[in-house]
Amino acid sequence: MSYIIDRRLNAKKKSTVNRQRFLRRYKQHIKEAVDQAINDRSITDLERGGKVSIPRKDISEPIFHHGPGGITDRVYPGNREFSEGDEFKRPEKGGGGGSGQGKASNQGEGEDEFTFNISQDEFLDFMFEDLELPNLIRKELKDATSFETRRAGFSSHGSPDKLHIVRSLKAAYARRIALSGNRRDDIRALRKEIWALEKEAVTDDTTERLQALRASLLELEKSVKKLPFIDDFDLRYQNLVRIPIPSSKAVMICVMDVSGSMTQSIKDMAKRFFILLYLFLQRNYKQIELVFVRHHTLAKEVDEQEFFYSRETGGTIVSGALSLTADIIKSRYSPSEWNIYVAQASDGDNWDGDSSLCGDLLREKLLPLVQYFAYVEITTGPHQNLWYEYEGIKDQFSEQFAMQQITQPGDIYPVFRKLFEKRTEVNS
Amino acid sequence: MSTSSPKLLSVSSEWNFELLEAFDRELGRIAKDFGLDTYPNQIEIITSEQMMDAYSSIGMPLNYNHWSFGKQFVETEQNYCRGRMGLAYEIVINSDPCIAYLMEENTLCMQALVIAHACYGHNSFFKGNYLFRTWTDASAIIDYLLFAKNYIRECEERHGVEEVEAILDSCHALMNYGVNRYKRPRPLTAAEERERQRSREAYMQQHLNELWNTIPKKEGHADAQQTRYPVEPEENILYFIEKNAPLLESWQRELIRIVRKLAQYFYPQKQTQVMNEGWACFWHHTLLHQLYDEGRVDDGFMMEFLHSHSSVVYQPPFDHPHFSGINPYTLGYHMMQDIRRICENPTDEDREWFPQLAGSDWQASLDYAMRNFKDESFIQQYLSPKLIRDLKLFNIHDDASLPILKVKAIHNETGYQRIRETLAGQYNLGNREPNIQVYNVNVRGDRSLTLRHYMHNKQPLGSSSKEVLKHLHRLWGFDVRLESILPDGTVTKRYECPPSAELLEVICP
Repeated sequence: MSYIIDRRLNAKKKSTVNRQRFLRRYKQHIKEAVDQAINDRSITDLERGGKVSIPRKDISEPIFHHGPGGITDRVYPGNREFSEGDEFKRPEKGGGGGSGQGKASNQGEGEDEFTFNISQDEFLDFMFEDLELPNLIRKELKDATSFETRRAGFSSHGSPDKLHIVRSLKAAYARRIALSGNRRDDIRALRKEIWALEKEAVTDDTTERLQALRASLLELEKSVKKLPFIDDFDLRYQNLVRIPIPSSKAVMICVMDVSGSMTQSIKDMAKRFFILLYLFLQRNYKQIELVFVRHHTLAKEVDEQEFFYSRETGGTIVSGALSLTADIIKSRYSPSEWNIYVAQASDGDNWDGDSSLCGDLLREKLLPLVQYFAYVEITTGPHQNLWYEYEGIKDQFSEQFAMQQITQPGDIYPVFRKLFEKRTEVNS
Repeated sequence: MSTSSPKLLSVSSEWNFELLEAFDRELGRIAKDFGLDTYPNQIEIITSEQMMDAYSSIGMPLNYNHWSFGKQFVETEQNYCRGRMGLAYEIVINSDPCIAYLMEENTLCMQALVIAHACYGHNSFFKGNYLFRTWTDASAIIDYLLFAKNYIRECEERHGVEEVEAILDSCHALMNYGVNRYKRPRPLTAAEERERQRSREAYMQQHLNELWNTIPKKEGHADAQQTRYPVEPEENILYFIEKNAPLLESWQRELIRIVRKLAQYFYPQKQTQVMNEGWACFWHHTLLHQLYDEGRVDDGFMMEFLHSHSSVVYQPPFDHPHFSGINPYTLGYHMMQDIRRICENPTDEDREWFPQLAGSDWQASLDYAMRNFKDESFIQQYLSPKLIRDLKLFNIHDDASLPILKVKAIHNETGYQRIRETLAGQYNLGNREPNIQVYNVNVRGDRSLTLRHYMHNKQPLGSSSKEVLKHLHRLWGFDVRLESILPDGTVTKRYECPPSAELLEVICP
């Protein structure tokens, strides 16, 4: 006797828990691989998942087994040229024998690497682990201006379009049962009695009683029928409430110096930094808008293509870009609705008299509005005047302002981590 | 069996449930005619994803959670998605009813092959073979796994995933040493297991208290120090730890027990791979040919079947790049066919080698062979000179102390016996796995545990032994030693955990 069962619709992904445990166990390895990937790969690749390799010896499960050596007698198939008593040198690499135990090495991409893929989400999880957006909580508590309507059970008042038919009919039915309960019992009793009488022999006495009974039955049934099928009292309406929700919108304003001193490679580094920030914000906000502000002596809002790839020459005045940023925020991104992040990248060059102006702008116009202002200086040389100006701001607004220096592409990720590391670690 | 109106079951290669039922009915009927005794079948259609899930939890429909299964899954998934590996066509579970998984991607022909192979071949082997009959309880395994899964989940909730995982890791390292090789185990039932759990806790504590009692019983009784504990070496290391480790908590002992029971359940499968696969291949071949002879399937069906069949039983020669040892399907299938041939058409040579077999009823003889042997004894008993010639088997003698390999026997008159014995020895679990037993516990002293590795043919232990010892140390809680000893009793190598520098060196070259 056989049963054939279709299990195709049963729970898939039964191994998910086991897989997660595996990932958790080798978190350190995977993190290393992810960090490696971030430094090696072009930044656009980060949006895909990643390949992770772990040395096989690190994840093998040890058991007792025979090692090489001793005397072994083995039987092989497919003899062609051997005859009994033949002797030959031991082949170098096991030549079809042994238990097939691989040799372990900790480097190189060989068969000794246990390689597998992790999804983009997992990849980014590992990438942004231990990082957090500063001042996120403050924003959620304060300034909640958007609302969401959510269901909140049922009420007995409401507009007709919210009428819930099933609930209403249920209520009506319940009311009818409740109000007619006693009479229904009586009806049942009467019916039983009539039924019993009908079986008995027909005499005057019984006919009379039957008639009486039938009359009262009719009476009762009538009164039950009088109960209205549905009453105002039964109506039920869906109850909707408005719940304030924290803003899930963020705007990221990228500010970059495009003066002559910014070479393409410096811009590339800046771009990588901006993309990292974008990916990170994406994990925290539903909707992100990007604004690109570039500047040399003049500041201008541009699109992405122009921002990263067009080249300009000339001197540098940073304050223009900052005041443009402040204007953009004022006109389009009200701080009560938007989470505002500004990232500024530059090689540190600024016209001498301008830096103090920048400081004032930041202090008075920008920092009160934004969630976080991150400044990266991409330079191999010594710090310039903007850096020193900003250092003063950093001490003053340590909550909202952060700055780091990047000298080579390999620094981008560590610097990014430093900027967004959980606050407690930064302070310590 | 004559069918009054021979009719093709199907001409399409697409399967549907009606066709599967029809094939199963027909195959079941033929199997019954051939006298196959089976558990009822539960055929489950699953997707490739579910097959990967099943694959990575050691083939069982449910199992406790552990990272190593996740690793297995990740690896399987990776290989499958890259097209580097096809999935197994089927998984069959030794349970009552016998559960067989069929993948939805398979063609009708493959499904029929799998039904014949798993639902009638493997199934009857599980029900008939003496190892399975003695060592496993088909009706209880699913319940037991459910019990184990729930128990381990509860432990994780109470003691933390890491704690539980650590113990399971250690148990898995010693899983091969968690079986009783000679004693029949008590059959497992989940209900009793739950009930017994509590009483066992109490009993165990008492037993432990006695063993580790530090109050001296009799002053000056120095002899007590001389007797070893255990008196006889214990081969079931996990059992010994479960019963005797001084520091384990009762839930940890319970985990050891679960792993031990699972190891015991899989023990017969490890010892009957050649026979089990050979038997299943023989029967899918026989059953489907019978179906063809009756006119129920057409030539196209048979061509597809034969193509799959011959790739399953293909044996690459030793110098082929794909060679990875003797294919158990090939060896088993040919041995089964060979037995039938010897019964039906014996040659003079067969009469000389197999006097009791030649000319006997093949069904009865094959049934007898299936029931009463394991791989080692089966090969010892039934590997015929003809098959040795067909597969061109030869024997290489490899003495690590010499720079040369020696061909000790080939497929000729003088070599048959030796090849047969060597090949049988190759399937002896006792030779395949190092023979390691619990030798002594220093009960009155530092509570250290000493294991002995009884060397076979001077084969040393592999490189991961130190790691295993660490796991053993975690379970035992005190020093653990392992000695490799030669048959004459000399110790050639000592391992220790935690290591003490002076003992790590090789004592005897």
